[in-house]
This record gives sequence, C-alpha cells and structure tokens, in this order.
Amino acid sequence: MTVDQPLRVAVLGAGPGGYAAAFHAADLGMNVTLIDESPLPGGVCLFRGCIPSKALLHAAHLIEETREAAAWGINFAEPEIDLTALRGWKQRVVDRLTRGLGALSRQHSVRYLQGRGHFEDPNTIRVRTDGEVTDINFDYAIIATGSVPAIPAALRLNSPLVMDSTAALDLPDVPGSLLIVGGGYIGLELGSVYSALGSRVTVVEMTGGLLPGADRDLVEPLEKRLRSQFEAILLNTRVAELAEQDGRIRARLSAADIADPERDFDRVLVAVGRAPNTRNLGLEQTSIEVDSRGFIHVDHMRRTAEPTIFAIGDVAGEPMLAHKANHEGRVAAEAIAGQPAIFDPAGIPAVVFTDPELAWCGLTEGQARERGIPFEVSRFPWAASGRNITMGRTDGLTKLIIEPGTERILGIGIVGVGAGELMGEATLAIEMGTRVTDLHLTVHAHPTLAETLMEAGSLYFGHSPHYIARAPRP
Amino acid sequence: MPTDFRLPELGENITEADVVLVLVREGDTIAVDQPIATIETEKATVDVPSGVTGRITQIHIAAGQTVSPGAVIVTVDAAIGAEAAVSKLPAAPAAAVTATPPPLASPPAPAAEPSPPLAAPTPAPAAKPEPTEAVTVPASTPPAPAPATPAPPEGTAAAFAAPSVRTFSREIGVDIHAVQGSGPGGRIDIEDVKRHARELRATPVAGGIPPLPDFSQFGEVERQPLSRFRRTIARSTATTWSQIPLVTLFSTADSSAFEAIRRRYRDAASRAGGTLTDGVLLMKLVGAALKEFPQFNATLDLQREELILKQYVHIGLAVDTDRGLVVPVLRDVDKKTIVDLAADFRGISDRVKANALTLEEMRGASFTISSLETLGVSHFTPLVNWPEVAILGVGSNADLPSYEREELRVHKRIALSLSFDHRVIDGADGARFLRWLVNAIHEPAMLDIPEAAS
Repeated sequence: MTVDQPLRVAVLGAGPGGYAAAFHAADLGMNVTLIDESPLPGGVCLFRGCIPSKALLHAAHLIEETREAAAWGINFAEPEIDLTALRGWKQRVVDRLTRGLGALSRQHSVRYLQGRGHFEDPNTIRVRTDGEVTDINFDYAIIATGSVPAIPAALRLNSPLVMDSTAALDLPDVPGSLLIVGGGYIGLELGSVYSALGSRVTVVEMTGGLLPGADRDLVEPLEKRLRSQFEAILLNTRVAELAEQDGRIRARLSAADIADPERDFDRVLVAVGRAPNTRNLGLEQTSIEVDSRGFIHVDHMRRTAEPTIFAIGDVAGEPMLAHKANHEGRVAAEAIAGQPAIFDPAGIPAVVFTDPELAWCGLTEGQARERGIPFEVSRFPWAASGRNITMGRTDGLTKLIIEPGTERILGIGIVGVGAGELMGEATLAIEMGTRVTDLHLTVHAHPTLAETLMEAGSLYFGHSPHYIARAPRP
Repeated sequence: MPTDFRLPELGENITEADVVLVLVREGDTIAVDQPIATIETEKATVDVPSGVTGRITQIHIAAGQTVSPGAVIVTVDAAIGAEAAVSKLPAAPAAAVTATPPPLASPPAPAAEPSPPLAAPTPAPAAKPEPTEAVTVPASTPPAPAPATPAPPEGTAAAFAAPSVRTFSREIGVDIHAVQGSGPGGRIDIEDVKRHARELRATPVAGGIPPLPDFSQFGEVERQPLSRFRRTIARSTATTWSQIPLVTLFSTADSSAFEAIRRRYRDAASRAGGTLTDGVLLMKLVGAALKEFPQFNATLDLQREELILKQYVHIGLAVDTDRGLVVPVLRDVDKKTIVDLAADFRGISDRVKANALTLEEMRGASFTISSLETLGVSHFTPLVNWPEVAILGVGSNADLPSYEREELRVHKRIALSLSFDHRVIDGADGARFLRWLVNAIHEPAMLDIPEAAS
C-alpha cells in the first residue's frame, strides 16, 4: 500500500450503519465496496424495521384519532381497511427510500455488491452471489451486519401463525386475537398497529414492567393507555409453550397466580429481543473476539481485536439503534482515515413510537440510582401544557435529570404525543453540556410541546408560570 | 439564610488546590476561623479557615477533589437552629464526606485503569469452531488492542463540553477529561482546551511525549499518582530546562576562616535562638555578592525586553524533605546580621520539618541556594529556579590537600557550582561573581560582619 493509492475499504452490511460508514469513507477519499444480500442498501431499518413500522404506526394513529374525534364532535364510521392497499403504501415508502440509497451509493462513488460476504482472512471477504464468487481484498473492513429477531427455542414453532417482527410487518392479515411475547418497544409498537387495525392484543412480559430500562414514571402513562386499548397486559408472566391446534395457537402461560394459563390466539408475535448477526461471517478466520451474546468486542474507535477490521451498529453492542450505528459508521470511517475519531456521545436518544411516545436520552433516573450518581430531577407534567390540551390529551411528562452543583443536564426523559421529535432538542442539550438555566432562558415557541422542556427547566428554579410544584429556590 | 462560603484566594498564581481532608460534616456548626478543610496547593498544605458562622447545610468538596479559588466549598445556614434549607438532593449518595477522614495519602480519584496490553493478535487456530448458538465465548476475553487515540476512562460520562470542543481536543491530542472548564458550572469551551494545551507544552511530563511502552511485558510495575508537589517541580524544572540557556561554573573555596567567625558569634546566635552554620555564613556572603552583582538578582522580561532588577535580596533555600523539594525564602538577607539570619534559618527549618510553612514563606525569592553538602556531592549543575536567573549549588565542605607557599597543607574546601541564565549573564560575569564569592569566603572579615556582634 502506498500513499498514492486510496485505501480499499469493504463494508459488510448496508443498513444505517454500513451505508453511513461506506458513504463517509468514500467522501474521505477511500475506495469503498458495500456488500449486502439485498439488491439495495437499507438493511433491517429500511426494509423490515424502523421505516415500515413507522408507516404502519402512522396509519394506526390515524385510526385511533378518528375514534377519539367523537369526543370533539366529529364522528367517523368505523374504518374499512384495505390490507393490500395498506401493504402497498408501506412498500412504496420502503422502495422510495431504498432506491434513494441506491442512487446515493452511486453518487458517493461506492461500489455496491449484492451477495453474502464471508471473511477468508483478515484482508479478504469472499462474496457469493448466485453461485458467483468474488474475492474482495481490503486494507480495512467494517462489519455492519446488524441483528436478527431472537426467538427462544421453546417458542420456535414451524408455523406461519408464529411471527417475528419481520413477518408481522408484512401484515399477512388482521388476526382476531394476537399474542405478543415481549413488552419491549417492538412488541408495543406492533401491538399498537394490530390493535388499531382491530386485533385483540395480549402482551405477555416476563419482567415486572413494560419497557425494561425506561423510567417507571414515563412508562406509567403509556401503560395506562395501552391497557385501555389492548385486551390484556400480563406482567411477570412467561410463555412456557406454544402449540398449533385447529388453525390457532394455544399458548401455555406461566405466572404466580394465573387463572387460565391455556389461551388460544389466532396469531403470535415473538418480540423478545434481537440478537447480533455475527454467525457464519467467517470471523473465526480473523482475531475478532465475540462475547457470549454474540457481540463483537470493539474499542472506542470501533476497532475489533483484528487491527484491520472494525465493527459498528448492532453487532458492536447495545443499544441496538439505527442512529447509534450511523454515528459509529462515521467514527469508524474517520478512524480508518487516520483521524482522531472516537465514539463518545453524551447521550443516545431512544424512542418508542407508541401513543403516547416514550423517549429518553442520556442518564435515566434508574441508571443514576443504580450507579450512585448524585442527581436532581425536575418534572413537568403535560396536564399543564396548553398544546397537549388542544390535542385532547392530558397525559405526558417531561423530566430533566440534573447534575447537582453544575446544573448540567445529564438526561432527559419524555412521555407524550410526539415525544420522539422533542428528542432533537433534548439530545442537543445533553450533547452541548447545557445547564438548566440555558434551557429555562431559551424562548420556546408557544404553543408547542417543546415548551415543556423550558417549563421543566423553569420548574427547577420554582418559577414555572403554568405549574406550581414547590417553593421557589432561594 | 443559606450562605455559600467560597475558597479564598491562595496567593499569586495559585489557581487550584487538592482537597486533602474535609474537617467538617454536614450539620456541624462552625465559627469564623474554624478550619473547614486541609488543602494542598503547589506550594504548601494549609487549612482553610471559615469566613462565616452558622450550621453547615451542604459540603461541596470531597477529599481528592481539585478546587479553585472562588469555588463554593460549604453552604452554611447563618440562622443557627432555624429550619435547614431543604436539600434538593434525593436519596442518592452525595459527595464522599465521611466521618473518618480518608488517609492522607489517598490519591486523587484514579483517572483510568492502566492501558490494556498492547496488541498481540493471536491468529485464530483453523480448528476453532464457527461461533454457533451453542458456543459460548468466555467472558474474560482479552481486551481490544491499545488504541492510537487515547480512550476515555471506562464508564466516564462524556466531558462537559460540546461535541465540536471534544473533537478539537482530540485533534490536538489533549485529554479533555483533564481540562478545567471556565464556563458556567465548569463547562469546557475551546479556549479552555487551548489554554490547557499551552500549559501542557510547558509541562513535557504530562503530555506531548511519545506513548510509553507496556512495561508489564518486562515485569511487574506499580503506578503512583504524582503529588501536587511533584507535578509543580516537574513543570517548573521542565520550564527551566526548555527555556533557559544554562551555564554552570565550578570553583572551590577555602572555608577555614568560617571556623573563627562561627566561634566568635556562636553564643550570640544561640542566644537569639539560632545556630551559626556554614550555610548561614554563605547565605550572608551571597547576599552581599548580589548587591555587588545586581544582574544576578534579576528577572528577564522577554515580552517587554527588559531586565527586572530586584531592589531586595530574598534568598530561597532548596530543602530536601520527604514530600519532595521545598524552597523556603529568607527575606532581606543583605540587611540582616548573621545572628538574625541564624535565628531566621532555625525558625524556617523547624517549620519545614513540621510541614508548617506558610505560602508567604515560600514566595518572592530572587536567588536560590541549593545544598547537597550533607549528601557527599562535590560539584553539580543546579537548575535555575525560574524566573530567577542564577542559583548557587553548594557541595561538600571537606578537608582537601592544597599547596600553600610550596607546602602541602590540608584545608576545608567548599565546592561551589554557579548556574546562570546566559541570556542575562555572560560567562565572564559568572566567573567574576564566583571569584568574588570565593574571595569573600577566604576573608569573611571583608564583610560588615562585626556589626553582628551588637
């Protein structure tokens, strides 16, 4: 390798991590090959994750709103759902975005190679496409193969009635009853979709609460609303066994005091989590180290134990989120270019696109307690938000986690309509090292939900105009 | 009324101090002048007396922490017995304020685990099975190879700075976690990073040098945090080394005449509470030499291209202690008699031993004497104590043979080493200073010493 020749970089996996890494590496002057089994870049996020689920959730929210509109004096008939057309619209959304990525690959001068990649040695990936074999020699490779739905062995049933998230997003039909195994964000989002379309949804969660990891005060308003929409939410409950019987699925539930452990459902969605996709990649031909859960060990630059190979996104560890992968892709590309890049975000936002949405960034209250980090909290309930009331809602909460002494904002958690969009300001605040005073002194447009961030800041000083919570600070 | 008590100014150029001990607890009632904490500055360990009276509602410092003058150290409710201000802290543990003070030697919170071993990638054996679901890789897999960009300490939160500032910091090779933020609440801006980088350049010990090898491959090692004393010495000696073109001249003086002087004024010195040592006599002679050669009692101001000539003679004495090098200063040496100086010297030696020197007693030297006499060293090359321009190194004072009128005799001869800043002082001037001093040691009577008897 001489200085005159551009570095040859192979990116394995064209999801939001892989294509971001590939495009950035190409922009930095490297000779980039982007390898993926799909004909177009996009990965799970665009083809069978974030994007199709959000399209369907958009439709679901519309249905729910037409039902609520009765309270505002607007009456709609029950919607007629043309599943084929709905699937078609969802697919057009996906196609539009993935075709756009295909065009962008060309514009960034990235060579897109469809096929399945396998490491032969620390400088070669063998790509198989319909029997054709191409060896890609690289100076550096970036593994961005993402994750796949994890299905526990006990729930693995060779039946189309038992779906993973990918199958559920294909919207085969609207089952009369749907069992969702797992009360995480995937289960709740897809549960919301199927519930709005007319399914009676039962969610079974093994732990004591929905969305483990999120603060309980944020989960509470969401859980309350979901309980009014879903058939049942069963906590501290396991699905011990699934069996197909007369075209339905019989589930045996296991919990401390369950009256009717045997229940029948038209379909089952298993959404207990995702597993990193690190198998059958030929990693054993390299020095790459993989932990017991399948995650690749990486350093702060996202370099693996094999000096020529980097790993980003879901394969490189939690949180398994597209935007985290995207940022890591940028870091890895810059690190390969010799720039002093490291992955050190002050906060990575997480958004659950239910109704209400639940979102947080940076330190949660639970983490602060667990790790013994001193903190202060300021909570602004959305019952005092003018904008929220105009949308016919009273539920919602904006919460700031604050470092005592410095007033630095360490974390922000929000539950409420559109909480995800508020994460923009929240994440910027955390990343910029904003102090509560700054938030409190920034003029926010009225009436907007973003005002709740300012109000939570004001409340810290006891000065919120719209909510009285405590005596003003001295 | 809650009142914040802030760390007072600690003296010129002192911008921070390490908290060694917190001497009070929340809920304690304190009075003015009662010590709140023991802190270690670049120059001394001192107690911070309270400037307020009242009940302590919150302590903002903890042992091991670095604080700057002006930082709030305690909040006091001045109305004793009144309702305490509501503490907004939830149940989470506050700063480590413990009933039993931590040991003095407790290091400031270690920044990071030692670096992982350098990369030695082991080629995967061909027989290694492909990772399948059944295969579990041991949790104790070795860490990733050592990175080119320094890793932030594991588990540390992102630095209190915008991403652009963090990136800039990495680009210029500064560990942002070591930067002191000047913004509100301690936020770090780009100017703070630049200032830190400039300071680092003057401190090769802390940065700007190639990464260290992994010594564990050669044998076991132990890492010790540098004390503030050590860091200060590292910084100041490196400044001297890199900034000052230093010349050292050696000479030897017959100190036999000291004996007579010592005998004559011993009782007077002892009545004054001092001991008349060779060091005291030498100091007096150096004081006189500095009046004769004012450019040795000066500072070079390169910015204004001026020489600052001190109209006072304050001599610093480099003293070896178990904490490291300490340089107490004896003031107005030229104006004091040897008896006064003997008493002053005794007093300051006692306070050095007791680690009780005040900051005031370690500031303002215009010339320094460094003695390695008792350690058996003859000549050496002392480093000028910047911003001074010269230093005298005193070595062994031993019986040495010499010819006197063609006869071999034995005299006590003292080894003298004079280092000076060549930008200010030429070699010949250095030689003249040294010759003057040697002659004065030979004939101390030429000094105005008899006054000392009065």
